[in-house]
Amino acid sequence: MIHEMLEELGSGIAKEREKTKHEIRVCTAAGCMSNGADKVLGAFQSELKERKQTACKAKGVGCMGPCAGGPVVVTHPDNRMHHKVEVSDVPAIIDSIGAAAYTARQVSTDTPFYKRQQKIVLENCSSLDPERLEDYIAHDGYQGLAHVLSEMSSSEVIQEIMASGLRGRGGAGYPTGLKWSTVAKAGGRKKYVVCNADEGDPGAFMDRSVLESDPHRVIEGMAIAAVAVGAEEGYLYVRAEYPLAISRLHKAIRQAERAGVLGKRMLGSTHDFHVQIRLGAGAFVCGEETALLASIEGKAGKPRPRPPYPAESGLWGYSTLINNVETFASIPAIIKNGGDWYASIGTESSKGTKVFALAGSVTNTGLIEVPMGISLREIVFDIGGGVPDGRSFKAVQTGGPSGGCIPAEHLDTPVDFENLAKLGSIMGSGGMIVMDDTANMIDVARYFMEFSMTESCGKCVPCRVGTVHMYNLLGDILDGKATAKDLALLEELCDVTRTASLCGLGQSAPNPVVSTLQYFRSEYDALLVEEAPAVPAAKE
Amino acid sequence: MLDYKHPEPPQQDKRWKMVRAEMRRHGYSPHALIQVLHAVQSAFGYLDNESLRYVAQALRVPLSRVYGVATFYHYFTLKPLGEHLCVVCTGTACYIKGVPQLLTAMKDEFGIGLEETTANRKLSVTSARCVGACGLAPVVVVDNEAHGNLTPDDLVSRLKEVTEK
Repeated sequence: MIHEMLEELGSGIAKEREKTKHEIRVCTAAGCMSNGADKVLGAFQSELKERKQTACKAKGVGCMGPCAGGPVVVTHPDNRMHHKVEVSDVPAIIDSIGAAAYTARQVSTDTPFYKRQQKIVLENCSSLDPERLEDYIAHDGYQGLAHVLSEMSSSEVIQEIMASGLRGRGGAGYPTGLKWSTVAKAGGRKKYVVCNADEGDPGAFMDRSVLESDPHRVIEGMAIAAVAVGAEEGYLYVRAEYPLAISRLHKAIRQAERAGVLGKRMLGSTHDFHVQIRLGAGAFVCGEETALLASIEGKAGKPRPRPPYPAESGLWGYSTLINNVETFASIPAIIKNGGDWYASIGTESSKGTKVFALAGSVTNTGLIEVPMGISLREIVFDIGGGVPDGRSFKAVQTGGPSGGCIPAEHLDTPVDFENLAKLGSIMGSGGMIVMDDTANMIDVARYFMEFSMTESCGKCVPCRVGTVHMYNLLGDILDGKATAKDLALLEELCDVTRTASLCGLGQSAPNPVVSTLQYFRSEYDALLVEEAPAVPAAKE
Repeated sequence: MLDYKHPEPPQQDKRWKMVRAEMRRHGYSPHALIQVLHAVQSAFGYLDNESLRYVAQALRVPLSRVYGVATFYHYFTLKPLGEHLCVVCTGTACYIKGVPQLLTAMKDEFGIGLEETTANRKLSVTSARCVGACGLAPVVVVDNEAHGNLTPDDLVSRLKEVTEK
């Protein structure tokens, strides 16, 4: 019954697909939109209508990865990718279908950027229309949820997630299966499932791309989690800075509820699951789970000490499951293909794939998904295409303001949670900023410290006061006013702030300073000045 | 309690309808505070004392908490902004690719820095912690339209075009 319902929903689009021989796929994620992708898509549609071509259709799809080349257009099934398409190119691209390629805008997809990637979370992004539920269902969407509802018990689902070895993609890497089983075992009248889409790290846009490109996938992941842990209500906490993602999520939830996939008696089963969207309001600290819960409750987003963990006492005191967007987006694939399949990808301790947002001084900026264990060199030089403008590579920054800078000598390290931590950085949510030899590492450290200083919520003293003093000391060093004593003080402050802060923000705020000190100490030393001899107080 | 009536908005302004709709959607629950403040700000552009007081009464939340929330989150502004809004992304990628230069150019041309408004109320400049378009760095959002790969000259001419319209 459950599977039939899905089949019926997907049947309309299947018929539609049989009729269309060619598809013109235009990226409609925020990056390409800001370059005018909506106008290009409109031009394609009106041009096709004028030519009365029914066998060819133009549709908007999600992010295809190469964000710097936007608007990106791909013709399907001949799979020709075009970058920087303008409205004036539209007729020529339509002419090129089934004929000779339109070389003026075409770029090769036979490059490491595409070949080295392995797409699980992003598998549908480049082919489905994010604003249509039917299209998601036609791409085997909600099959995982149907399978869970009809054939699996809650403990079997959790077993499967545990077997997959999936770890939280928000940064800390807590085993997802363990978290789910804690919430499933917790008592209480109610439980909640919360999706953390408060992607505050500057330089990270993975979650935004996933939400914009495949919103149903995240919702399906949340619904599966809700069935597994026994929750009936869920919240999606999204940054207010992502208007496109918010409107697509609203649309997706409405469509899914209308079709009976979500809401009361999901897919005709006995399970209810309602999802609501909550908007953030520009506070980085709300990415911390207890602060996020406070924000959903309508309060100022300040963290509280843990334990009790949200799994025991979360929203309004009820047991709450919080996972990141990418974690939820991995779930449908794990249910569909099995936990063992997922566990076969990646390294011993970190399984599966990870989405990274590659930006900064690198030729191919954009969104990539790679298996865990790939080396940083492969990411930056093979997939990223290296540093442009004849510059040389200096460092790659991972993990945003909580992470560190990794220099060239460690480029061959395989990327996983443990290895990055060993290098003094963190996996973080997946922002990766490449810096060339013009970057001043102390300035970078000060930039991140300024960020942590402004974003500190002010609840605990080490973070509130420590970040300000570290920022001032870094400024003194840059201005050439600091002595060796000041540098020692800076190191001491790093240690205190890291050890004594309440939440992750303060505990990781010193990371950019510590890692640049570790690898680029000579830059700091070069700016230090000799201590001035003490001036005796003038006598009257 | 049965004859409880929700308080009336401070002015006869159609825009309050949107705010009230948002309150109704959440059943006038105190938890909806942030959502309602979003609605007020999107309707009026900023949060003034009167609207904060009204939201506090309608949701039955202490005014101190409403004020606390409104000042805690960077997204809310208690001052009216200029006619045109220029949001500069200060994320890492943009910073490295030259946001400081953009800011100096704006300061030189319009005499305003971050979080400031020109004297003639034509233009406000605010910052965002990464708008998530790092592939196009540096990014500036002018009146909800994102512009990527900007040079200082591009930005100044773009802003002049907007403000002199």
